[in-house]
Formats: sequence, C-alpha cells, structure tokens
Amino acid sequence: MSRSHTIKNTHEENRIFVRRAAIALIFIGLLSTGLIVRLIYLQIIGHDHYSTLANNNHIKIAPLPPTRGIIFDRKGRVLAENTPTFSLELIPEQIKDMDDTLARLQKLLEIPDEKIELYQKLRKREKRFTSIPLLLRMSEEEIARFATVRPYFPGVDIQARLVRNYPYDVLTSHVIGYVGRINEEELKSLPASEYRGSHHIGKAGIELAYETALHGKSGYAEIETNAQSRPISTIKTIDPIAGSNLYLSLDIDLQKTAYDALDIYNGAVVAIEIKTGGVLVFASRPGFDPNPFVYGIDSNSYNELQTSDARPMFNRALRGQYPPGSTIKPFMALAGLEYQAITPTQRKFCPGYFQLPNVKHKYRDWKKGGHGTIDMNAAIVQSCDVYFYELALALSIDKIHSFLTEFGFGELSGIDLVGEKPGLLPSKQWKRKARNQSWYPGETVITGIGQGYTQFTPLQLARGTATLANKGNVVNPHLVEHLVTNGITSLPPAAEPKMLQLKPQNVDTVTSAMVSVVHSARGTAKVISRGIDYQIAGKTGTAQVFTVKQDAKYNENQIDFKLRDHALFISFAPAHDPQIAVAVVVENGGHGGTVAAPIAGQVIRQYLKDKANEN
Amino acid sequence: MKTELRSEQLDPPSLIGDILRKLHIDVPLLAGLLMVTGLSFLVLYSASGQDIQVLVRQGARIGAAFVLMTVLAHINPYQFKRHSLLLYGIGVALLIAVLIMGEIGKGAQRWLDLGFFRFQPSEMLKITTPMMIAWYLSETALPPKWKQLGIAGLYILIPTLLIAKQPDLGTSILVASSGAAVIYFAGLSWKFIISVTIVMASLTPVLWHFMRDYQRDRVLTFLNPEADPMGRGYHIIQSKIAIGSGGLYGKGWQGSTQSQLDFLPESSTDFIFAVFAEEFGLIGCIVLLLIYLAIICRCLYIALQAQDTYCRLLAGSLSFTFFVYVFVNMGMVIGILPVVGVPLPLVSYGGTSMITLLAGFGILMSIHTHKKFLAS
Repeated sequence: MSRSHTIKNTHEENRIFVRRAAIALIFIGLLSTGLIVRLIYLQIIGHDHYSTLANNNHIKIAPLPPTRGIIFDRKGRVLAENTPTFSLELIPEQIKDMDDTLARLQKLLEIPDEKIELYQKLRKREKRFTSIPLLLRMSEEEIARFATVRPYFPGVDIQARLVRNYPYDVLTSHVIGYVGRINEEELKSLPASEYRGSHHIGKAGIELAYETALHGKSGYAEIETNAQSRPISTIKTIDPIAGSNLYLSLDIDLQKTAYDALDIYNGAVVAIEIKTGGVLVFASRPGFDPNPFVYGIDSNSYNELQTSDARPMFNRALRGQYPPGSTIKPFMALAGLEYQAITPTQRKFCPGYFQLPNVKHKYRDWKKGGHGTIDMNAAIVQSCDVYFYELALALSIDKIHSFLTEFGFGELSGIDLVGEKPGLLPSKQWKRKARNQSWYPGETVITGIGQGYTQFTPLQLARGTATLANKGNVVNPHLVEHLVTNGITSLPPAAEPKMLQLKPQNVDTVTSAMVSVVHSARGTAKVISRGIDYQIAGKTGTAQVFTVKQDAKYNENQIDFKLRDHALFISFAPAHDPQIAVAVVVENGGHGGTVAAPIAGQVIRQYLKDKANEN
Repeated sequence: MKTELRSEQLDPPSLIGDILRKLHIDVPLLAGLLMVTGLSFLVLYSASGQDIQVLVRQGARIGAAFVLMTVLAHINPYQFKRHSLLLYGIGVALLIAVLIMGEIGKGAQRWLDLGFFRFQPSEMLKITTPMMIAWYLSETALPPKWKQLGIAGLYILIPTLLIAKQPDLGTSILVASSGAAVIYFAGLSWKFIISVTIVMASLTPVLWHFMRDYQRDRVLTFLNPEADPMGRGYHIIQSKIAIGSGGLYGKGWQGSTQSQLDFLPESSTDFIFAVFAEEFGLIGCIVLLLIYLAIICRCLYIALQAQDTYCRLLAGSLSFTFFVYVFVNMGMVIGILPVVGVPLPLVSYGGTSMITLLAGFGILMSIHTHKKFLAS
C-alpha cells in the first residue's frame, strides 16, 4: 500500500463518515419525531379518554386466590389441608420507623433473631404496601399480648391466613411432598392471571405432580377505593375456582406400619393393590417434616437435612436404585421356562461355585458347600446362586433384558409423581452405548443373581411382583384414585392395559416356589409364616454393597455398618388370590429373610385383616 | 458546531474547568448526563413511593458508574484499540461460561458471581462488540468489502445469539445494533442495507419459530393488549393510561395516581418513563427527549472530531446505540414496540445498565480529550 493511497483513503473515509453521521442524525430526528407524535396522540388527543380510564382506576383489582385442594387417603383421612392460622403481619408503607417497630415487637413477643432476619429478607422481595408476615402460627398467648398494645403499632396487625398443613408430617413427606413460596423462575412460567394472589406452589410429591389441579384458578374483585386507596365498596367479583380435592389409594395406617417397621434402618416399602394398581404404601425412611417448608425453612435446618448421612430428603421408594439381588430369581426362573431354556424338573448340580469354561474365576454360591443336585423349586426356595448362574448363561443377556423389561424393570413405572428414576436393566446394546464396551459372559452370569450393573427401584420391584401375581396382566401403579372438582368427580388418565403372554402353568410353578420360600421348612423367609391362615408368596434378596475378595469370607459382624448388605424382600398375598404386592428394601439390613421379610409380613397381615373386617 | 469550538477556546481559565480538564472530563457531555440522572432521582423518588433507600442505592450505583467513567476517560483510546480483540474474546468466553454454568445450575443464565459482586457478561458485550468491529474494520481500507462484511457480521452474530439464548432479547438487540452501527458508519453500501432490510422483514416468520413462548406472548400482547387485560396485556394498557392521563402539563411531581396506586407494574425499572410522562406531561417528555438528543449530538460531534478511523467508528456506534436504547424503551412504554426489557438509560432503577452506559461515555470522553496529544 503506497503512502499516497493511504492518505487518499483516509480522506474518503472521513467524507463517508461525515455523510453517514448526517444521515444517522436525520434518522434519529425522524424516529424522535415519531415518538413525539405518538406522545401527542396519547397525551393530547387521547387525554380525555385515558383520564377517564385513570379515574376508573380508583377501582382497584384485588386478587382472590383459590383455596388449594385437600388431599385424602383411601379412607378419607386428611393428608394435606389448609388450616387457618393467625400471623403477625406488617405493612412497611405504613410504618414510620421499621427498625424501632421490629425492636419493640421483638421485646414484646420474644421473637428470635432469625425470624427478624427472615422478615427483612421477605420485605425486600415484596412491594411496600403488601402485608408481610413476621410471626406465623401465633399462640393464643401471643395474640392476647399483642392485642392489648395494638394501638401503639400502626401498620402492624394480626391476620388470619390459610396455611398448608401436613398432619402426618414425616410419614407422608415423600409421597405428598410440600408446597413452598413461588420463586422467580416459577413465576415466569406460571399463567399470571390464574396465579394472581397465590404465594405457594407444589414443590415435591403429589403437591408438585398435581399442582394445576390442586391450585385451581384465581379470581378477582373490583373494589372502589378512595383517594388514599382505602377500599369503599366492592363492585364486581369473579370468584376463584377452588382447587380439586385428591383422593389417594394410599392407606395412612399401612404407611405408618411400614414406616415404623423400618425402625432404625434407612429404606423403602412400596405396597400395591394388585387389582387396581393403587399404591397402598409408599414409604421412604427417614422422612422429614414438610411443614417448615411451607413458609420458608431456615437455612440451618435446611442444611442439616441436606447434609445428613441418612439423606432424609432422598425419596428412596421413587429414586433409590438398588441391586435386586436374589429377588430377581423368580423372574429369571419364569424367563427360563417361557424361553424353554429349562424345565421345572430339570436338575442342576451346585458344588458351591460356578466357573466359565477356561476361566479361573470362581463365581461363588452363598452356601459354601453348595446345594448339591436341585430342581427349580429348591433353587428358588434355597436361593441357590449356581443354578441361576447357569440359567442366565443359557438364556443370554438379551433374552433376560427383553423378558424383564416387560415387567417394568429398568423402565419408568409412570407413577403420578415427578422425578422417578428408571433403574438399570443392562443389555449388550446399553453397554455399547453407555460405556462403549462389549458385553462379557461373566456379566451375564452375575446378572442371573441380580448383581453387576442391575439396579431396580423399590417401586419397580413392587410393580414387577404385582404383575407376576396378576399373571402377566401389567399393573400400572398410581397414587391418585380420583379428583373432585366443585363436587364433580373425575378420574386421572389411566395407562393402557397390557397383557404379557405367559403360560399359566409356568406362572404357577414360580408362584408355588415363592410360597415355599415363606411356608416350607427350608424357606429363607419362613419366619413370617407363623400364625397366618393364608399363604404368602415371597422371595428374599441380599444385595452386596461392597465386593468380598475371592476366597475371603463375608463376616457381617466384622464390617462397618454402612458396608453391610442391603436386605430385600418381594411378596404378594394371598398366593392363590393375590390382593397386595409388597416390596421392601432395607439399606444395610444384612439378610432379607430376617430384616426385610417381617416388614412385608406386617403390612400384608394388617391389610388383609382390614379387608376382612370391611366385608 | 462552530459555537462549540469557540466556547472551548474561549473558556476562561477557572479552577473547576482546570480540574475537569485534568480529569479528561468533557464538560458539555457531563452536563447532559447530570441533567438526566438528576431527573432520574426525581422520578425514582416518586415511583418508588417516596423510598429514600431506593435513592441511596441508586445514588451509590451512579457514583460508582461515574468513577468508572472517569477512569476510562483517562485511558488513551490507543489502549482500547490495542485490546479490542482481547476484551471481545474475554466477553464471549464469559458468555459461554455463564451459559454452561446455567445449564449445570439449571438456574439464572445471565449472572456471573465473582464473590464480591455479580455481573452480567452480556452488558460488557454492549461495548466490546462495537470495539471489536471498529478495530477489525479500521485495520482495512474502507468502505468494507464483502469478505470483511461477512467476518464483521459473524463477530456480531456470536455474542448476539449467545445473549438471545440466555434469553435476554433486549440486550441482544442492543449488542446487535451497536455492531451494526459500526458497519454502517464504515460506509456499508445502501444497496446492501436496503436488501438486508427486505430479507429481514421476510424472515420474521423464521424468527417467530425460534422465539420462546413468553417472547411470543409479548409480541402477541403488543399487537393486541386488550386480549388479555388481566394477564400479559396489563403492562401496556396501564402504561398507556398513565401516559395519556398525564396530558400536556402532567399531574405534577409525585402526582401520578397510576403508579402510586400501583396499577403500573415495574414502575421503577423498565416502565419508569410512564411515571415520568404522567407526572410531567408532554412538555416534560419533550424536554427529556431533547436532553437525550443533546447528549447524542454531543457524542456524534465527538465522533466527527475523532482523529483516527477506530475512534470515529467506535464513537459513532456508541452514540447511535444510546439512541437505540432510548427509542426502544420509550417505544415499548408508549406502545409502539413490543416489550423487550430494555431500561430507560440513566433513569431506570438498576445498576448494570448504568455502569455500561457510563463506561461508554467514559470511552467517548477519552476519545475526545486525548486527541490533542495524538495530534501533536
């Protein structure tokens, strides 16, 4: 580039810029004129019209939030309700010296510092003329103490408000969930006119899953106000549409029995009514008290819940994924029969271990000396591992995968809750996709006893068991039986019915083996057969939390509690006419027969006794 | 313009003038900014319902922003030019970081939390994008060729799309127009401008396809606010009532019934112009608009006086973008543009836009007050 060229260019650039700036200025001038024209249109020509509208705006729109639907259990007991409570509320706009007022109130009513802090936080978020609660659920004494000095506190008043209440707190925390204050993100996505005046929204459980139905729709009242915006009279009212009441299949008594039976352990119990798919028990222990969440839990308590080793906020029934251990065996046996990989009477020899051809590794049986020569019934009753190692290999992983998928394992059950985990039922395809590795025969072997990659949720275990008890008629678990809106009953959408093609005699073979698990002398769950006049079909399971070295011995008493095996039990009853299916997972519970089975036994006993009393 | 020059030459040596010159402050520009921020305090006091706290907070922000402006005014524009690419790169990287963090946190996707303060990287791009384009084009002979146009367009598109994805339509419009303004001032051919306008107009349905639901709602509401008076049309209807009822002279300071009775939402932030129009009437509106135009004229004058291409283009773009700011906000408040979440510059309550705006004026002052040294 020559020097003269650069100079000429600069000149040209200068010229262009001056011209462009001039045109931009004209453009800006034109648009500004447009703004002014529009302002003239609004402020001069439209002035009268808009003045009238502004005066009519002395008619204030007061939102009328709807009453949230009530949640009942199957016997009509209230699981979530709205209770009137009295709260001390302050309107910042009407208070001259906020700090002084708060200090005097704190002294008068002995309010802890955290509540003052929380109030200050809430105050920043709200408009100055809104009434913001400082104290919730005031006691009668507090109300009385404030009432006598009320004239000295302008802008402070006692208000009655409906507050969501969960009378069974920890028992229902994971099923019913809770409501909490609407946050900014939620506010954006909510239909503004339907939520006018509402402060709460379902955050978890049924409260979240059925938010739209439970909430209803806001109405509003047109209120005439004077110049100080004090209401004078109501002109028009559009009533809110109250939220629907929900009737659940849950039985709170059974829920309590299951929760209490878990006792010191962490774990989950799911019970399903087989004929309907209605969930009777959906317990996850530990739970937590959902009530503090309604008006904002303080951060200390929240952190405590979040960081606790027992993870009380974790819904084990819905989201806990556990190796099914031996509870997979009845389904494996049925797969073997259906695919004709084995017959009920065919015998296998169990020497206490299993080896793949040309591989040194020994897959051990839980029983050191082995079970000897056994058929299918004995293999299920005594939970022989070697029998199922061989069966799994004979079936191949892909057949296992496609057969168990039909029972809902490794799939979402579609229950009416948010956040369900799918578990994992491995296949060759899955391993290629997820890990980019090929499948090894050894992995098929351990899948046969529910170890390896295999992970099911307690809900899936209950559903699979219910489907087996229902002879292949797939059970679709759900919690809400029906909704009542303004006195009109409606049903939630039902899942497509699906029938698995199973041979009845194969189902009978497996069922009778499961009956023997509970009712025969050598059965692993025989403890729960005492004193009952019906038959329970069940299967125990023990899921390894950590791997025992080859030839080392697993000694329950020597290892850390947290590394102890999970205890599992699946069951249905009565065996000849199945009504209820129960799955129990007890974390670090040790053996399924001694810890998990009695919990299922208690639930079944109480349910059938109840049912007999009804008739 | 001549009077401007003369007044500068004839300025009697005074203490204040001396200090301001040492601080690299451009007096006419400062005067305009002070007038607008002064009005801002007035309206905010009224719109917030006489909340002193709001004024204190806003005062602190304006103070901080003026300090930043002074600091930037001190820096030689050559330094801005030299670091344009770096600053632009950092801005884009931060945008990507915010987007990724948003994905992970599933929360707000605009803010970057630096511990001691939070800031929106998208704000930074309002300045670094025109810097980048000005730097890129000033390195080549103008008017730009097709290839350069394509590359410059890409530099604009990257931050624009990243910000639109946050989603922050208002800011992405401002970033895009700040970049486009540079290309315009560089001498983009009119044929091209007209054909792009036609193509854009015909692409509107495609844009519609990519909009979020709530953005579509806003457009629909803009076209027919009366369709949903209790829901999304509420803002626009109430805003028009406020402005219209103000009339020629307004209802007087603190006399607005609309915002006092809280019929007007966001009266302190994006819709503050409605309160202003209600209280000060058409006359007040025209005065405010004239002050804005005076600021813009002074900025364009600075651009014309600038002595190299980079400074000229950057100054031109900053001036024009400031007008876009004013026009988009007033346009949405008076109901001739859809609601896109752009504050009224220097008046709306809130810190982020204040900082960016005054940073821009700082750069303009730097361009203006350093040129003598460059010339000598």
